[in-house]
This record gives sequence, structure tokens and C-alpha cells, in this order.
Amino acid sequence: MRKNPQENAETHSRVTRRALLLGGAQLVFMGGLGLRMRQLQLEQADQFRLLAEENRINIRLIPPARGQIFDRNGVAIARNEPAYRITLVPEDAGDVDEVIARLASLIELDPGELEAAAAEMKRSPPFLPVTVADRISWEDLSRVAVNTPVLPGVTPEVGLSRFYPMRGDFAHVVGYVGPVSDYDLSKIENPDQLLRIPRFQIGKVGLEGKMEESLRGKAGTKRVEVNAVGRVMRELDRREGQQGDDVQLTIDQGLQSYTQARLGDESAAAIVMDCNTGDLLTVASAPTFDPNLFVEGISVAAYRELTDNDYRPLAAKTVQGTYPPGSTFKMITALAALEEGIAFPDHTVWCPGHLEVSNRRFHCWKRAGHGHVNLAQALRESCDVYFYELALEVGIDKISAMAARFGIGERFDLPMSGVAKGLNPTRDWKRDVRGADWVVGDTVNVSIGQGFVLTSPLQLAVMTARLATGRDVSPRLVKSINGVDTPQPPSKRLGINEAFLNEVRRGMYAVSNHRRGTAYGSRIIEDTNRLAGKTGTSQVRNITAAERARGVSRNEDLPWNRRDHALFVNFAPYDNPKYAVAVVVEHGGGGSKAAAPIARDITLQALHGGQPPLEAYPAKDRKRIEEQQERLQKLVPGRNLTRRDRA
Amino acid sequence: MSYLEYSVKHVPTGPSKILHFNWALLLLISAVAGVGFLMLYSVAGGSFQPWAEPQMKRYALGVVVMFMCAMVPIWFWRSVSGAAYLGTLVLLVLVEVMGSVGMGAQRWIDLGFMRLQPSELMKVTLVMALAAYYDWLPPRKTSRPQYVLIPVILILIPTAMVLRQPDLGTSILLLTGGAIVMFAAGVHWGYFTAVISMGVGLVFAVFQSRGTSWQLLKDYQYRRIDTFLDPASDPLGAGYHITQSKIALGSGGWTGRGFMQGTQSRLNFLPEKHTDFIFTTLAEEFGYIGAISLLALYMLIILFCLASAISNRDRYASLLTIGVASTFFLFFAVNMSMVMGLAPVVGVPLPLVSYGGSAMLVLMLAFGLLQSAHVHRPR
Repeated sequence: MRKNPQENAETHSRVTRRALLLGGAQLVFMGGLGLRMRQLQLEQADQFRLLAEENRINIRLIPPARGQIFDRNGVAIARNEPAYRITLVPEDAGDVDEVIARLASLIELDPGELEAAAAEMKRSPPFLPVTVADRISWEDLSRVAVNTPVLPGVTPEVGLSRFYPMRGDFAHVVGYVGPVSDYDLSKIENPDQLLRIPRFQIGKVGLEGKMEESLRGKAGTKRVEVNAVGRVMRELDRREGQQGDDVQLTIDQGLQSYTQARLGDESAAAIVMDCNTGDLLTVASAPTFDPNLFVEGISVAAYRELTDNDYRPLAAKTVQGTYPPGSTFKMITALAALEEGIAFPDHTVWCPGHLEVSNRRFHCWKRAGHGHVNLAQALRESCDVYFYELALEVGIDKISAMAARFGIGERFDLPMSGVAKGLNPTRDWKRDVRGADWVVGDTVNVSIGQGFVLTSPLQLAVMTARLATGRDVSPRLVKSINGVDTPQPPSKRLGINEAFLNEVRRGMYAVSNHRRGTAYGSRIIEDTNRLAGKTGTSQVRNITAAERARGVSRNEDLPWNRRDHALFVNFAPYDNPKYAVAVVVEHGGGGSKAAAPIARDITLQALHGGQPPLEAYPAKDRKRIEEQQERLQKLVPGRNLTRRDRA
Repeated sequence: MSYLEYSVKHVPTGPSKILHFNWALLLLISAVAGVGFLMLYSVAGGSFQPWAEPQMKRYALGVVVMFMCAMVPIWFWRSVSGAAYLGTLVLLVLVEVMGSVGMGAQRWIDLGFMRLQPSELMKVTLVMALAAYYDWLPPRKTSRPQYVLIPVILILIPTAMVLRQPDLGTSILLLTGGAIVMFAAGVHWGYFTAVISMGVGLVFAVFQSRGTSWQLLKDYQYRRIDTFLDPASDPLGAGYHITQSKIALGSGGWTGRGFMQGTQSRLNFLPEKHTDFIFTTLAEEFGYIGAISLLALYMLIILFCLASAISNRDRYASLLTIGVASTFFLFFAVNMSMVMGLAPVVGVPLPLVSYGGSAMLVLMLAFGLLQSAHVHRPR
């Protein structure tokens, strides 16, 4: 088929025209592309470069080391121990089951932990590490570390975990830490980002909880380069955080540990306070528990055992427990009466063993009565009727005003959980809370520390310290934070006539040193370390007339939880008071028998800064005391306990 | 003018054909391919594996294919155009049938050393068939409706089949590439104007009908169109790729972040960084200068091809050249528009740069035909 040459030329020129048109259109389009590049790459470059950096850089938190807690001499009470664990990155491991099987041949793996790890692996992306073994020993860690070539994806890791080397001895004061729970987070208004770190530990109770903010410290940050799926490629830079503040307690570990051992399995509390500074040297509550259990995560069974125990091991009885002070309150009644001029040294009262007040008979503990007693004798022998008589004349208003000056009914600001206010009853209080008018019988009851009045062991210790010094000393638990002493305002005089105070102190001296004193059996025979105290036995029940008639009032015949509380307060040395001590033994029976010996032993330990010589004890007790000292010595932890000793 | 009409004695024969080769074009192609090797090396984190080395081998094979095609006289290619088109169509049907008969969604035929996608091959054979058709058709009949219908059918059959796969990118390339050959062949303006205005009208109607009683599409289809047209409305889904791509481009600035310093691609923020989105890596690492240079290389290739087409007085040869050049243009124009956020993401690779065997070999084959046309042009 031949074509017309002219038509050929014509068609060719048409193709040329159209080709040029197409080429032109394509060039225009390419020009458009070039302009778009210019717009993106030059005009918006800064904005996009910023976005690229944001993509690439991720800020990670570095948890700070928690502040440590020391006793007044620098003994570690709460410290951070390296916690070893094994993590596995499933992606790097390849055959996860094989790697875990090899791991199991090296160290013991917990099946429960493995199950949790397997579940976590399913949930999280394969490049994220999963913990397969937690809290393993250094030996196990090393065993894994040297075998890493055959354990792909396995990393031995070192973190920090709280450890309480003194175990139960500081459990109630210091409390414990635990992993942040959802409940914790819900309570905090604006939670620190740190709290969102898995397994991050925060203080739950006690000082750990109360001083959480300063103990925690500030998180550091590190900038890491991540890829699109969040895998960390490298670290760019890091800004170290600020570690938590170290806290130094006023407590003396040696004395605290001794006291804890001395209290043993009794349900009891004991406080030793420096009379002059208010420093709390011992704040012991028994029975106790090992706070380390809570750090690691306590088992349900172990926790039940603690909560179901009648002796309430979890309670800090020193500050949370409130008890009728019993006869230890008599000094307050006496001072109120002295100040009112109702009592004076030679003023005597006839004690027939009971007192009729508005048709009700109030008994003295001594059924036969004390006969004629003056103030010193009344304190020494704890005559109740003497104080009934004083109270009837003084009235409740003066008594509770005096009690308030001695810290009863006051909530002291200590960084411990649930510091109780106690109860210093007044007419107003009874009307507002009980909806009834104050009656004279109430006053009679309060005069001997029964009835409405409730005090914590801490308040009793403060009261005793104030009696000993005549100054308004306040308790202090934290000596310094990060080496900076916590301010303690200087104590002021209580404004009570020194003669009156001396009168009361003399009575207390007689309690412990006079042959007829209620705590004569628990005296100190060193002349420089004489002890002045007061026993207390507080009823937790009313003795009915029927019971009295039957004569069933012997404590030993009653079930434990209905027996009397035994109390003892004292200061020593008598002529130069250094320490105030308060001991409460729940349902322990009489104060002279159950509480006074404990208080005496603790006081001697405090005065001697350790084991006292046997010569300090009355000669006939020395044999028994020596045995007791030997037994207790084994229970008091040494000062260099490590994690390994625990296992 | 057809090959039957000029004396072939002026056409070089034997090894002397090499001398008449369009060397400049080969040089430009090699330069672009070189850019590809460099980028594939970079996105692999400074390694020839897994992409750069296979790509180089394929390019070497592609150059051999190109020379072989170029040595064969263009009139041979013209005479097998129809058969090539039909053969490719059969292959397309074959993969379609195999795909539906339990071999999974397989769209390729395994040749042992590579996987051939018939849809890729169709881009070339369609252009060949159309060029042969217009070479056969007396020019005055070009715009008659019945003769316009034939190429339209030739284009629509493979387009529809590829669209079914579904491969939107390739079907757009087939449709537009075919239309460009028809336009170059001289089909009357009116047809193009009519089709374009009908298309615009249809789109307009679809969008206008939204929310009315005569709504043309289902609601979910509209929503799909929305995210397709505006990926930014779905920043973590469809919009994620394009956002990351723009970030990579934009952070390049004038001179880029330096070879192998692109954080976006190195840290895997970029999707398909070695295939469809490889341009973003180039733009991130070599900046505006690098990106515009690649665009300039592409432009030169287009210009050389068009110059060759215009200077070739043979109708088949020039239409083929225009068709191949335009398909090539469509490749990079669609790809670049896509990664720069000007067009929806449809899955078109960057020609000669993106990693991929079929596309590379088919392009080299097409350039071989172009070279053949150039070598055997009437003198």
C-alpha cells in the first residue's frame, strides 16, 4: 500500500506538532513538580526538619535512686540493693522455647513467672524485653552472663530495689515501698511521669509513704533515637536526675533492735525519747513483720496471717494505738491539784479502799485501803482514792487543761502512718460527741486515767519527758535530711512551779526506789542512774458488781483480750533526766509486773549505750537478767547484714 | 512514510549499528539507574544487600536486552506488534485464571531468574499495538468514530483487567499512555475534550449527589474516596505514609542531610522506602539539589526521546517512541506527585530507581525498541 507523499508529509508534521504539544505539557508538569519540591524542601524545610526530629527522638526517663534511711549513727535502715533479673527479647532469641530451656538448665526458673512472661510476649512487640526471672542471686546472674553466647536475646540486668536490713525492727517506723498500683495513681492528683515506669517502687506506709516526695528524687532523662516501631537505636545524650534525699532518723538502731527483741512476741509498744531534745531514740511496736516481704510482693497466705493475727503485727501501736493511761495519768491530776492549791505536800487523805460519789462506789485497787496517804505516798503506792478526792475538788476543766499542757490529746507531727490524737476529754467534748452532760463520776474516772481519756504510747513518753524537764519538749523522728538538720524549735518552760514538779518527781522516784513502791522490783541500783517512774494498769472492761462478789477479777483467769493493759512510764537518771520511756503491754496485766521490767531494761540499755553491767540490777535478779541478756543478744541483728544473709 | 517506502540501503547493518546507537540516551538512563543503586545502597544501611546488588545485576541484564532489541530492525518489531499485544493479553488472562484457581493472588509468572508481571509488559506491547495500528490506518481515517473505537477497545481491555487485579497505578498508566499515543497519532481534539469533560461531569455528579436522594455511591464508598483524596484526614492510617514522606522531603532542605544520614528512611519511618517511596530518601539525603537533579535527568531523557521521535519520519517509529517516552514520563510524574502529596498513593514505582525486576526489564526492553527505531530510522 503506497501512500501519497504529500499526505505523508502532512501526517508527519501533525505527529511533530502533537509531539511538541505533549512535550510542552510534560515540561510544564515537570516544572510543577520542581516547584512543589521547592515548596516542600526550601520553604517549609524548617518545619519538616523539626517534625523529623520529633519522629526520631524519644525521651526516656531514668529512675532516680531512692533516698536512703539511716539511724542517728549512720546505720542503714533502708537502702537500695542491686536487684538482678533476666530479660529476654523474643525477636533476638529466635526460638524462644529453646532459649528458655537452656536458661532453665542453668538456673532455676519459676513456672509462674515464666507463664506471665509468655503472656507478656504475646501482647507486646517482639523487640521489647520481657522479664523471665526476677530477684535472682548474683551467682545465678553470673552463670547466665558467662553463657550469653548460647543464649541469644537474653540479657542479665541490674536494677535497684529497696532492702531493709533491719527487717522487722523498723517496720512500723519506716514502713515499706511497693510497686505503684492503680489505686496509688488514682489518689495522686498530678502523678509524676516516673510513677508510670513499670515496677517503680513508691513508699506505701510509714516514713517511706509520708516522706515519699523527698525520698523519691527527680527523674533524669535520656534522649534516644528510635525507629518507626519504637525500637531504640542509640542513646543521644542523657541528663542525670537527682537522687532522693537521704533521711537520718533520730532513732538509735542498737536500742531500737534491743527494744524490739525485748518486747518479743508480746502485743506491746515502747518509746524512748530524749527528755531534752525530744529526739525519739526508740519507737518500737511488737509483734512486727518483715517489710521486705512487701517489697517483693507478699503472698496472700502470708498477708492473711498478718491481718488475722489478734496481736495486730501491722499496726504501729506506738502512735496508732490509744489506751486508757491508767495510773500513769495520776501525775496530771496531782499537778492540777497542786497548782490549784488543793493538794500540798503534807495534805493527807483517808483511803478506806473506796469512795462514794453520787451513790456510786469507786474502788481503790487495794481493797483494804491505804489509810492516811499524802501525795508522795499516793503516787508511790498508786492510791486511787487520794486522786478521786483531789479530782472532786479540782474539777475536770483544770485536769484536762493540765493534760493538754503535757501533750495529751495532741497529734504530734511525725512522718509515720496514722498518728493518733488520743482523747483528752472535756465537758464540751462530751456534750458534742456523746450528747450528754459531764457528770462528776466521769471526773473521778479520768483522775486515775480511766473512763474517757485515751493516750498513745508516744503521748505518754512526751508527758513523761515534760514532767522530767518542765519544758514543752516535742518529739522528733527525723534528725536530718541530706545532712541538713531538721529544725527543732527550742523548748519553752511549761510554766509550772518547779516545787510542784519536784513533788511529783519525788513520788515517781519512790515508785521505783521505795521499798513499798509499785515498781520497786524493777529498780536500778546504780546511784547515778536512778529511775523515776509510774506504773499503770488500765481496765479494758468494767468489773461488774456480780464479778466483784464472785471474786473473779484475777487477770490470769480472763481471756487475753479482756485482760488489763499494763503501762509504765519513767525518766532517768532521776537527778539529771536524759531519757523518758513509755511502755504499754496490751492485755499484759499489771503495770508493775508486765511493763516496768521492760521499761527498766530499755532505760538501762539507753543509759549505757548498749549492754548494761549486771551490777545495775538488784542482786537477786542478776542471774535471771544474765540469761535474758544472752538470749536477746542473739536476736539483735548485727550492723552489717547483707542481702545474702537473709536467704 | 512507512518502511516499505524508503530504501533500506542507507540503514546501517551489522556491527556498524552500534555506531548509530543513541549513546546519549543510554548515558542518561545509566545515570538514573546509578542514582537508584546509590539510594538502594543507602536505604539498606550502607550495604549492597539486599537491594543494590540484585538491582545492578538486573540493570546489566536490562542493558543486554536493550542492545538485543536495538539490533533487531524496527520493521520486525512493527510486524510482531499485534502478536505481542495478543500474547501479553493471553498472559494477563492466564495469571488471572491461575490467581482465581487456588494459587493465591499471584499476578506474575515465574521465569526462574525473575518474576514477570504481564501487566508491566502490557505497558510496552499496548504502545506497540497502537503505533502499529496507526501506522496501518490511512491518516485521513484517523478521526472517524469506528476507527477511534478500535484503539479505545485495545486500551480498555487490558486496563479493565489490570484494574481488577487490583492495580490502580498500572491501569492509570495504561489508560493514559494509550490515550497519549492516540493523541499523538492525530485523533481529533474533540474526542479528548468530550471524554475529559464527561469524566469531570461524572465526578462532579458523584460528589454532588452525596447526601441527596439520588446518591450514586454508598456512604462507605464516599468515605474511602475521602481518605484516598485527602490522606491527611487519617493521619495514622492512609495519611501516615504520605505525612512521613513529606517530612522526609521537607527535612532535606537545600543540600540534604548527607549520604546515609537520612533519619526518616534509616529509622523506617518511611514506608516502601526501597520501592515506591525511594524518591523521598533521595530528597532527604541530597536535598533540593539532589531531587531537582534527578528531575532534570528525567527531563533530558524525555527531551531526547521526543527529539528522536520528531526526527524520525517513520510513523510507527515515532509513535512508538512518543508512547514509550510518555509512559516513562507517566511513571515518574505519578510517583513524584504521589510522594510529594500532590496525588493519592496508587503504587507506581520511580522508573529505573525503585527496586523491582519486572519494571526495570520492561523499561529497558522499551528503550531497546526506541533504540531500534533510532538506529533503523529512514535516511
